[in-house]
Amino acid sequence: MTTGTSENTGSAAAVTSSELLSVVASRELAGRRTVFAGIGLPTLAASLAHLTVAPGLEIVYESGVCGAHPSHLPETIADAVLITGAEAVIPMPTLFGSVLQGGHIDVGFLGAAQIDKWGNLNSSVIGDWHHPKARLPGSGGANEVMANSREVFVVMRRHDPRSFTEELDFCTSPGPDRALADGIRPLGAGVTRVITELGILAREGVGEELKLTALHPGVTAEDVKAGTGWDLQVADDLSVIEPPGDAELALLRDDVDPERVYLR
Amino acid sequence: MAVETATDKTMTMREAVGAYVRDGDTVSLEGFTHLIPTAAGHEIIRQGRRGLTVVRMTADIVVDQMLAAGCVSRLVSSFVGNSSAGSLGELRRRVERADPEPLAFEEYSHYGMICRYIAGAQRLPFYPLRSYGGSDLPGVNPAMRKVTSPYPGPDGESEQIYVVPPVNPDVTIVHAQRADRSGNTQVWGLTGVQAEAVYAARKAVVVVEEIVEDEVVRSDPNRTLIPAHAVDAVVVCPRGAHPSFAQGYYDRDNAFYRAWAGISKDKERLTAWLAEWVHGTRDHAEYVAKLGEEFWDGLAVGEAMSLPVNYGRRL
Repeated sequence: MTTGTSENTGSAAAVTSSELLSVVASRELAGRRTVFAGIGLPTLAASLAHLTVAPGLEIVYESGVCGAHPSHLPETIADAVLITGAEAVIPMPTLFGSVLQGGHIDVGFLGAAQIDKWGNLNSSVIGDWHHPKARLPGSGGANEVMANSREVFVVMRRHDPRSFTEELDFCTSPGPDRALADGIRPLGAGVTRVITELGILAREGVGEELKLTALHPGVTAEDVKAGTGWDLQVADDLSVIEPPGDAELALLRDDVDPERVYLR
Repeated sequence: MAVETATDKTMTMREAVGAYVRDGDTVSLEGFTHLIPTAAGHEIIRQGRRGLTVVRMTADIVVDQMLAAGCVSRLVSSFVGNSSAGSLGELRRRVERADPEPLAFEEYSHYGMICRYIAGAQRLPFYPLRSYGGSDLPGVNPAMRKVTSPYPGPDGESEQIYVVPPVNPDVTIVHAQRADRSGNTQVWGLTGVQAEAVYAARKAVVVVEEIVEDEVVRSDPNRTLIPAHAVDAVVVCPRGAHPSFAQGYYDRDNAFYRAWAGISKDKERLTAWLAEWVHGTRDHAEYVAKLGEEFWDGLAVGEAMSLPVNYGRRL
């Protein structure tokens, strides 16, 4: 889909979807200190950010690894290469109880099958929970990441009305608005960025809907509205996302994922 | 000092499962991606246990196999997927179509499961956590309850919070790198929730890559995750965590994780797989031998030794 601009010649072949999402997500991590990341695009984004906009960034893995220095790109959140040479490996009660619930995570990365305009997420079922059309893996730690991270970034590979839906089939991981309505005081802002192949949706916190704030070159606001299942608000100062640059792509391809574990 | 004679708790996997896993039991199998007690699950299948409630945070391949073998009627879990390598075919058939029979499913999140083990281990009536506010999970899992804190919140107002109940499995089975004969169990790398799961249980079986002499354990007591007093049986079962890994012993069999999506999707293939690899092997040693040395060479790991620490001794 999106290709590099005129300055991106030679080695910068056509940019893949994974590369585009990783690069854009990495830029959003500028200035962040701790990120709770799963495997796949979040790992790529966080690793690239570490080499570019957020040199001090610490990646905390759900398995209990802090300050990993892997010899190879990990294939799972519990890959042996994450443990060997890591700064710390902590038990899960410490990780979830003290690190995450204790408020030490700036940005949590989550994926989901469905997201709504308030940034509530479904990763449990498509259809009715009791008789699902498709049973999905469920929360894992997503409910806790949402409840306790200062903010949450979501990377969605599909931007269509089935995924960006007016009403979730099931709410696995609620944002702060739903928590408040249930009488629970939210600790974080919930989802603040949604990164897709079409652009970026953003919101700042309680009471705010996700709004279209940035587009990839060649994509229009109408394209994004057509891919979104609710009446999407568009920011007045809608910006155009700078395509992945040669330096970012080189780092991603040569340093972060040279064996193409996730880049495809 | 008096000479102490520690109890020798070693037994075979067949003996341990025969003694500690009964039809209808609540069985916890823990190990978060690392040190998954697969060999124990296979022996439960071989012995034909029925009506089990399985408690496991990440219900993955071994749970799918136990479901397919007809061992499990209830599942308590916070993640029902084949890692990031696809679906669990049997679990999806059971949940989506009650095929061949329904599966009762108690859905939690990871920290909800951890809190259940902590409450279970500490014999508490419940455990609070800052999860679930506004989630649909309490609507399908009435064990998640919202209570009012007896203390004022940071703003002086009353505060509501969700709680989860304890879990006290009849037996917890975990895999570890090494133990002594009395059950002092040492784990390194990811330690997950194994200690809490063991203390929550009425009986505990520890499966290890190797038995070591008491002096080895006592040379590094901080590495003991589970003390002998919490352990009822010690089973030596090298490579018993395959297809997961044992840090410093063998690597994860990522190819098998990827293959499982295809195997489990087709009920006939899955049945044939169980017939060949579980029912068709007498024990895990046969399963290991059947895979062959060349296969295991592919999962071999190199050395990365920790530096010893000085515990000191009185002069």
